[in-house]
Amino acid sequence: MDKLTALTPLGARSARVDNIGALEIREVVDQAMVSVAARLGQVDLTKETTTAKLGLVLPDVGQSTVAPPFAAFWMGPDQWMVSAAHNAHELLAAEVKSALGSVVSVVEQTDGWCRFDVSGETVCDLFERLCNAPVRQMAPGAVTRSSVEHVGAFVWRLNAENIAVIAPRSSAKSLHHALIAATTSIA
Amino acid sequence: MTQRNRLTGGLVDQSNPLNFSFDGKIYQGYVGDTLASALLANGVRLMGRSFKYHRPRGVVTAGSEEPNALVELRSGGRQEPNTRATTAELYGGLDANSQNRWPSLKHDMMAINDRFSNFLTAGFYYKTFMWPKAFWEKIYEPIIRKAAGLGSLTGAADPDLYDKGFLHCDLLIVGAGPAGLMAAVTAGRAGAQVILADEDFRMGGRLNSETHQVGGMPGADWAARVVAELAAMGNVRLMARSTVFGAYDHGVYGVLERVADHIAIPPAGKPRQILWRIYSKRAILCAGATERSIAFENNDRPGVMMAGAVRAYANRWAATPDQNIAIFTNNDDGHRTAADLIAKGVNVPAVIDIRPDAPKVEGTELLTGAQVIGSKGRLGLTDVSVRLASGEIRRISCGALAVSGGWNPNVHLTCHQRGRPTWNEGLAAFVPGNSLPMGMSVAGAALGDLSTHGALKGGADAAVSALADLGITASRLVLPEAEDAPIRLTPFWHVSGTGRAWLDLQNDVTVKDVKLAHQENFVSVEHLKRYTTLGMATDQGKTSNMGALAVMAEMTGKSIPETGTTIFRPPYTPVSMGALAGRSVGKEFHPTRLTPSHHWAVEQGAEFVEVGNWLRAQWFPRKGETHWRESVDREVTQTRNSVGICDVTTLGKIDVQGADAAEFLNKIYANAFAKLPVGKVRYGLMLREDGIAADDGTAARLAEDHFVVTTTTANAVTVYRNMEFARQCLWPDLDVQLISTTEAWAQYAVAGPNARKLLQKIVDADFDLANDAFPFMACGEITVCGGTRARLFRISFSGELAYEIAVPTRYGDAMIRALMAAGEEFDAVPYGTEALGVMRIEKGHAAGNELNGTTTALNLGLDRMVSGKKDFIGAVLSKRDGMNTDDALCLVGIRPVDAKDRVPAGGHLMAISGPVDAAHDQGYVTSAAYSPTLNSAIGLAFVKGGGERMGERLRLVNPLEGIGTLVEIVSAHFVDPEGEKLRG
Repeated sequence: MDKLTALTPLGARSARVDNIGALEIREVVDQAMVSVAARLGQVDLTKETTTAKLGLVLPDVGQSTVAPPFAAFWMGPDQWMVSAAHNAHELLAAEVKSALGSVVSVVEQTDGWCRFDVSGETVCDLFERLCNAPVRQMAPGAVTRSSVEHVGAFVWRLNAENIAVIAPRSSAKSLHHALIAATTSIA
Repeated sequence: MTQRNRLTGGLVDQSNPLNFSFDGKIYQGYVGDTLASALLANGVRLMGRSFKYHRPRGVVTAGSEEPNALVELRSGGRQEPNTRATTAELYGGLDANSQNRWPSLKHDMMAINDRFSNFLTAGFYYKTFMWPKAFWEKIYEPIIRKAAGLGSLTGAADPDLYDKGFLHCDLLIVGAGPAGLMAAVTAGRAGAQVILADEDFRMGGRLNSETHQVGGMPGADWAARVVAELAAMGNVRLMARSTVFGAYDHGVYGVLERVADHIAIPPAGKPRQILWRIYSKRAILCAGATERSIAFENNDRPGVMMAGAVRAYANRWAATPDQNIAIFTNNDDGHRTAADLIAKGVNVPAVIDIRPDAPKVEGTELLTGAQVIGSKGRLGLTDVSVRLASGEIRRISCGALAVSGGWNPNVHLTCHQRGRPTWNEGLAAFVPGNSLPMGMSVAGAALGDLSTHGALKGGADAAVSALADLGITASRLVLPEAEDAPIRLTPFWHVSGTGRAWLDLQNDVTVKDVKLAHQENFVSVEHLKRYTTLGMATDQGKTSNMGALAVMAEMTGKSIPETGTTIFRPPYTPVSMGALAGRSVGKEFHPTRLTPSHHWAVEQGAEFVEVGNWLRAQWFPRKGETHWRESVDREVTQTRNSVGICDVTTLGKIDVQGADAAEFLNKIYANAFAKLPVGKVRYGLMLREDGIAADDGTAARLAEDHFVVTTTTANAVTVYRNMEFARQCLWPDLDVQLISTTEAWAQYAVAGPNARKLLQKIVDADFDLANDAFPFMACGEITVCGGTRARLFRISFSGELAYEIAVPTRYGDAMIRALMAAGEEFDAVPYGTEALGVMRIEKGHAAGNELNGTTTALNLGLDRMVSGKKDFIGAVLSKRDGMNTDDALCLVGIRPVDAKDRVPAGGHLMAISGPVDAAHDQGYVTSAAYSPTLNSAIGLAFVKGGGERMGERLRLVNPLEGIGTLVEIVSAHFVDPEGEKLRG
C-alpha cells in the first residue's frame, strides 16, 4: 500500500497564500502541536522540567514564549500548547512526553487545528473586524481565546504586524472565507 | 432647475453641484447637502404622506429625529424604505422617491382616509374589526396594512456587503458637538485611547448650525479646527456617520457606521455599513437635545417646522423652506431663528410668542401673549391664524412656520438599562437620572446644559473625571469663549381648540387621540403608547412623546414627572437588517465544518446533510439511481453483504489522561470503567444529574492512565463541557486532564463481513487482526500504509463485523482513497448517514431520537448497565419514584403486519380497538426506516411494558396524516440479535 499523502486544512497539497492590499494571509501547515497539561499538583515541576529538558519557559496566562525549536502558548489553567516544525518533529507528542515524563499529560493536537498567519501594517484593522480580542492592546507574544466569525480560536500576536489565528481544522474553509472577506473589506 | 430657496454662505460647497432625482424629477444640490436641505433649496416642501390619514407632509427637523420626511432611496435590491431625508447625504445620481402614496405625492387617493378621520381615531381597528373573527387575519389586516404604512421593499436581494467589528477604548464619546469635542480633545491630549462617534457626516453638532462665536471664531470653524487636531492624534479614532444606537452591559455600545450610504454603489468588496461593538472603560454621552413642538390645529402642513431646524437649514445648508417664515415660540431660542433668518435676508413677518413678557427682537414684529390657532395650505403652508393677546384673530401670510416649544435632552442611552430620567423644572424637560449605565457620564445639552459655554465646560469636566477613574490625569484646558445665555422658557404644550392638533406626526396621533385614550382609561403611558401608537416606528417619538405626556398629565391632573415616560430601548435610530447580519449571510450564515473525506465525497457526487455545523455525506448516488432510497438500500445491502465505509470523524473524541482517569470515568458513566483492561473498549452510558440518559458512546483504554472517550456528534461539546465541569468543580482532587481531539483524527467505520480482509490490506503487517488477536471491543495504536500512525477500534454501530480506524486528519483524504482502493475487490461501498441510520435501527441501537431528554436507562433497555456498586452522576436520582415502574416505557422494535405499510416516526401506539387519545396512549415511535435487509418498514418505539409484550399487535396512529397501521411488537434487534456477526 502506498504511503498516505497529506492534505492541508484547506484541502490542497500545499499551503495557500493570499495577498490582498497590504495584507498577506498565509496558511501554516508546517507546525506540529501538542497540548501539555500538568498533572495534579505538578505545575511547578512541569515548568521546571520543561525548562530543563526543552529549554522552554512555559508562559503565564495569555502569553507565549519561543525557544527554538519550540514555542508555547498558554491555553488554559495549567495547560499549554507546545509547537515545533512538523517536518523535524512530527512525533512531537512522543518527544515531549518522553522528555517530561509522568508529571504531564501530553496529547497530539497537530491536526486538530488550522492556522493562518496574517501579516501587514493593517493587521489590527483586520482583526477588529473579525473578533473582539483587543488586538491593539495585545503586546507581541500575547495570546487570547476568542471567537472569530463564530469559530472558537486562539489569536496570537506574533509581532507588531503579524497575528496568527489558530482554529479547529474542520472550520478552515469558513475561517479562510472570513479572513478573505474582511481583508477585502479593509484593503 | 434653479434653487430658488438657496441662500448664500453655509457649509455646503456651492461650487460643487450635484444632480439628484426625487419622484422622477431632476434637481440640483451641492456637496454637503442632505436630501432634505437640497429639496428645500429647490422649493420642495411636500416630501411625504402621513401614515394613517395620508395627509401631505414636509420635513420638520434637520436631524435623525425626523418623523415626516421618510423616503425610499435607490432602487432594485438597493432600495431602502423609511430613510430620513434629513440624514440622507446627497450624492450625484441619488434616486429618491416618496412613499405611502398612490398614484402620486400630490394626488394621493388614500387621502380619502382623512375625510373619515372621525371614524379612524385611536384604537379604531381594535373596536371595529371584531367580527367575524376569521376575517381579521385574511381580510382586515391585509387591507389595513396596505392602506396604512411606510415604505416598501422590492423583494430583490440586497447586493451590498455589510460588515461588523469590535473596538476597544478608554473613553467613548457619543456625539461630536461642543461637549463631545471638548471632552475628546481633553482626553486625547491626556493620551487616553478615545473614540469619538457622531451620527452626522460633519462633526460639530449644533456649532455647524449656529452663528455663535466660539473662541473668537465661528463655531463651525472652531469645531473643524478641533476635529483636525483630533484627527492627527494616534490615540483618537474619529467615527463620523456613526450612530451609537445602544448602551449594553459592561460598557459595551452598539454603533452603526454608514460607510458608503453617501455614495451610489460601494466599491467592490467594501461594506455599505459596519456594525461595531465598542468595549469602553468609560463613556460620555454628549448626544445633545431635540427640539419639541407646540401643537395647534392643522400644525402638520408642509412648512411647519422646528425653529432650530429652520435655523440649521439657513446657517449650515444655506437653504430655506420659504422666503416668508413666521416664528411661534415659548422661549428665547425661537428668537434666535428669527434673528438668523433676518440676517440671511429671509422675511420674518412676525414672531408669535406665547409669553406676555417676551424680549424684543429686531427686524420683525413681536406678537407677545399670542398663539397660533390654525393654518392653511393644502400641499404646503400659505398662512397661519394667530390669536393675539387682545383676543383679535390675525392671519399672517407665510410659507413656513418655525416652532419652538423648548428642548428635550437626549437621555435615551442613559435609559437603555432601565434607568429613569428625572424632571427638570427649569427646562420643563426630563434630564438623565442617577441610574446611568455602568461607566457612563453625561455632558452638554444631553445633561441639560443648553448653552455653548455650558456644553464646553461640561464636556471637559466629564473627560477629566472619567479619566481620573481610570488613573489617567488630564489637564483642564482653557475653555474657548462662548455664549452662555440662560434658559428663558414658559412651558406650553398645545393650543386649545376643537380641530386636530398633531402630536406624533409619524403615527398621526393628535391631542384628541390622547384625550380619547384618557377617556377610555388608557392613562398609563405604556397603555397610551400601545393604544394610540404614539412614539412607535422609526422615530420612536423623539419629537412627540413629551407633548403627549403633557396632555395626558393635564387630563389626569398629575404632573408630567408623575405621569412618567415609556421605556427607552435600543436602537436609538433604525439599524438595517443587513448590518445586523454582517458577513453572516447565505452559506456563510454559520461556519461549516468539513469532514476529512469531504473533498473525496464531493468527487463521488455525494448528497450532503447538515449535522450541526458539520456537513456529512448523506448518501452516495450512483448513475441510474433516481431516488435516494435506491442509493441507501444499496449501501446498506452491500455493507451487510460485503463491506462499507463511513466517515465517523464527527463523533466527539475526548482524550482523558491522569492517574485518576479510570476513577473519573467511573463517576461520569453509569456503568463501571475502573477495571476496563488496557487495549479494550467499552460501551458507556452517561446520565444527567436527574437520572435521565444524557449521552452514550465508548471509552477506549489506551494505557493505564489514558482513555479516549467518544460521544455522539450532537453532544460532543456538551459532554466535553460537562466533563470539564466535573473535573474542575466536582472532583478537583482527582488527577485528570481532558482535551478534545475530535478534529485531530480522521476516523472511518469499516463494516461488513469483509471488513477484516479489507483492513488487512491497509494495516501494516506487524499488526495481527485475527479474531483472537484483535477481538470484538479491542483497541490499539497501530500503523497503516507503511508507517502512518493510526488507532484501531473494533466496535460496531451497524451490527456487522466492524472497525473504526483513525489517522491524523491530514491523512484523512488519502485514507478514504486507500480504503476504497483496497476494497475494490470486495465491491466496497461508501455509505452515508442515511445508511448508517438504517443499519443502527436494524440493530436496535439507540441514537439521538431515543436519547431525547425524557428517557431513562430502563426505557432504553440499558438498566443492567446502571451500576449499583458505585457512585456516579445521576446515580441517586435514577432511582427516584416513577423512574423504574413495571409498566415503564421500554425500547422495542415494531414491524407492520402488512409489509407494504409504512411506519411513520413520531406516530403513537394504541390498542387495536378503542379510543385514540392521550389517556389510552401505549407509547410512540422514535425512529423508523425501510429495511432492505428485511424488505419491510421497521421502527424503534417506546412501549409501556414493551419488554413483556413481544408479538402483541398495536395500532400505530398518526391522526394528522390519517394513518392507522397495524404493527407487531418485536425485538429491537432486527438483525443478528445474538451478536454473532460483530464477534466473528
